[in-house]
Amino acid sequence: MLDFPKWKVWLVSIVVAIGVLLSIPSLIGGTPYASSWPKWLPQYKISLGLDLAGGSHLLLEADANDMQKQRLQSMEDSVSTELRRDPKIDIGDISTAGGRLSFMVRNPTQLDAAVERMRTLTRPVGLTGNRDWDVGVVDSTRIVLSPTADGTARALKDAMGVARDVVRRRIDPGGTKEITVVTEGGNRILVQVPGVEDPDALKKLIGQTARLEFKLVDLTANPTDVQQGRAPPGSQVLPMADGSGAIAVKRRVMVSGDQLTDASQQFDQDGRPDINIKFNTAGARRFARTTQENVGKPFAIILDDKVLSAPNINEPILGGNAQISGNFTVQSAHDLAVSLASGKLPVKLNVIEERSIGPDLGRDSIHKGVIASLIGTVGVMIFMLVTYGRFGVYANIALIVNAFLILGIMAMFNATLTLPGIAGFILTIGAAVDANVLINERIREEVRRGRRLIDAVETGYREAMHAIVDANVTHVISASIMAYFGSGPVRGFAVVLLIGVVTSVFTAVYFTRMLVALWIRRARPRVLPI
Amino acid sequence: MKLLKLVPDHTNLDFMRWRNVAVVLSTVATIVSLAFTFYRGLNLGVDFVGGQVVRVTFAQPVNVEQLRGQVDGLHLGEASIQEFGSAKTVQIRLPKPSGGDAAANVAATQVKQLIAKDYPGARVDSVDTVSGKVSEELAEDSAKAIVFAMLGIAIYIWWRFEWQFGVGALLTLAHDIAMTLGFFAFTRLQVDLNVVAAFLTIVGYSLNDTVVIYDRIRENLRKYRKMAILPLLNLSLNETLARTVVTSLTVLIALGVLMLIGPEVIFGLAIAIFLGVLIGTYSSIYISAPVLVWLGVQPDSFLKGDEKESDDKEAQPA
Repeated sequence: MLDFPKWKVWLVSIVVAIGVLLSIPSLIGGTPYASSWPKWLPQYKISLGLDLAGGSHLLLEADANDMQKQRLQSMEDSVSTELRRDPKIDIGDISTAGGRLSFMVRNPTQLDAAVERMRTLTRPVGLTGNRDWDVGVVDSTRIVLSPTADGTARALKDAMGVARDVVRRRIDPGGTKEITVVTEGGNRILVQVPGVEDPDALKKLIGQTARLEFKLVDLTANPTDVQQGRAPPGSQVLPMADGSGAIAVKRRVMVSGDQLTDASQQFDQDGRPDINIKFNTAGARRFARTTQENVGKPFAIILDDKVLSAPNINEPILGGNAQISGNFTVQSAHDLAVSLASGKLPVKLNVIEERSIGPDLGRDSIHKGVIASLIGTVGVMIFMLVTYGRFGVYANIALIVNAFLILGIMAMFNATLTLPGIAGFILTIGAAVDANVLINERIREEVRRGRRLIDAVETGYREAMHAIVDANVTHVISASIMAYFGSGPVRGFAVVLLIGVVTSVFTAVYFTRMLVALWIRRARPRVLPI
Repeated sequence: MKLLKLVPDHTNLDFMRWRNVAVVLSTVATIVSLAFTFYRGLNLGVDFVGGQVVRVTFAQPVNVEQLRGQVDGLHLGEASIQEFGSAKTVQIRLPKPSGGDAAANVAATQVKQLIAKDYPGARVDSVDTVSGKVSEELAEDSAKAIVFAMLGIAIYIWWRFEWQFGVGALLTLAHDIAMTLGFFAFTRLQVDLNVVAAFLTIVGYSLNDTVVIYDRIRENLRKYRKMAILPLLNLSLNETLARTVVTSLTVLIALGVLMLIGPEVIFGLAIAIFLGVLIGTYSSIYISAPVLVWLGVQPDSFLKGDEKESDDKEAQPA
């Protein structure tokens, strides 16, 4: 017991000192003292969870049906482009019923060639040799392309990665806010924005797919047919965004939003808000050529399959710049510009969970949490003092050091403190003394059995160790499971518990042992005050 | 300084004398709790059944009945309105709307508008909307987490001790969880995600005492090889009694403070753990120890063949 070597004293002291240093920036943050903390010392800070800071939390889920539809649509485009190339293969209408794409090859001698060319449209997925689409033949003339499970999964994975970036750019175009945008469980995106209390605006900003397309208006369409939703071959009927009926447009896309380089909100000559967009070189060239060939005819500006407006082409648009007009307010034009500039969402996202917490509630919670922590800690300390005297004082010092260490470690890992985290903290304070209680009771027992003083302390620490380890492993198991399965607040609670278990064992066992050893060496007591 | 000793130095309580009574009581209480939970059901929060919760702090204490009438006037389904901590703070809970997410939004906006119009100075503290899909998953994950935690701990104890101890720990845990569930079913306190965290904590902490007591039982089994099992259990329980009492008290002090003056939102979590610690302290004595008797743990149960031969000389009952 007495041979607590110098290097161990140093080691324990250094760990404690580092813990205290790490925790201070979090403690003085927001107070006038924050600015006097020297720059060369650690600056790590604990971040506050939404329940303490106030803000909005959205859980978005990819719409699997929409995803499927989009893949079919883009495959349909590729198929018709591919078969139109030289040598052309004549086919019947392409059907997309039942989530599969199928079409009839008119000339049976071309069937093998058609299958071969369809194969070139598919891509291998991963290392398994599977491709993203299966190409098959039925009824000896019909080619069927069906999406494979591997291909769908891969497409979803790619889409989620892009969607996450798009969502981030939309909420935080400047990249300056402390927001969280992470993918969860394969098909979800969690968005947390501190400080924003009204999630509706956020949802609007995120929710827009922002698939922008320019298509020519089909002037040959019969208006009565269009009203009934029928369009000539090669065209489709789309609704107007303002609800004023529908319009027939050519299926072929003149230029799409993929070829945008920038978008910004501006005002037109009459002072109405509109959006200025810039195309990349390829887009500008196509836009110029199509407008040159179609002067005097209307073209449709289409956003997410709704027609914003269908102005006439008065003159060729050559510079790669264009204006989108519609019934915009400044805000809606701005939001649309942000959506366009951030790229289109590769898949529709639905909001499946939404929580918002006002900043006042957060402040109340912190206030009450801090007071409860202080009173709880003082209560436990008084109890320890009257029960174990000098050994209680050591346990109490260990308790305070433990609190600093928990905060310090949380700050170092940039962990988030949530409301249940505060509960976890208080619980840890209550339970942290357990190891000391085990040790001290054991020492009392050994003293009662008539062991000599140093022997009693030595045996107390050694024998209590089994129970301390076993008891704490059970906590680690339950806290780890919470951290693994838990979402949001539960995880915050679990993280604090886990850190607390580790630091309390360290402080209760090693730190107090050092204090006791130093005291015995110095004071050479004859009776143990326990 | 005279130190406080809640438990005198040489206690010799005959815990095991009451073991049959305690077990009958516990069995009855467990069955009643489970029956209660099953028939009356738990008051599951939006986290688990979906729906919306709007929490509002008013400038003056508010008449809940009047507010209920006003919210019912919006025809948003059966709203439940409760005071939350104080007469000024209420929680308005709306059922999951049938029209999907858009409808849920409209509902929350309508409630917010109503409050802004009729109660100047009121502030909306939080709005939670959880779709049925997520809530089902949260419920499922939570149940899984609790079961896995129980199994994980039982397996650890089986590995560190013997299988009888693992079984004992598992029964003790099941007892504690059942009782806490019964409490929530009885009081109709809302069960949200935080309460699940509390259950998981109980799984960790209620075993705390059990593990310490088992540890001492194992130690004494090795030490006093001639002692009969009942006196040995009594001895172990008495030896650890002071520690059991002191630790339970420190945890209860900390949690009691949190329960009484902590933030309202985590009241459920605090009271669940508080209760779990109380029940866990009782069950570590009256469930986990007697189980060992029925599972046939004897002083020589865990000795290898050759160890049985050798006798212990130094050890005597204290």
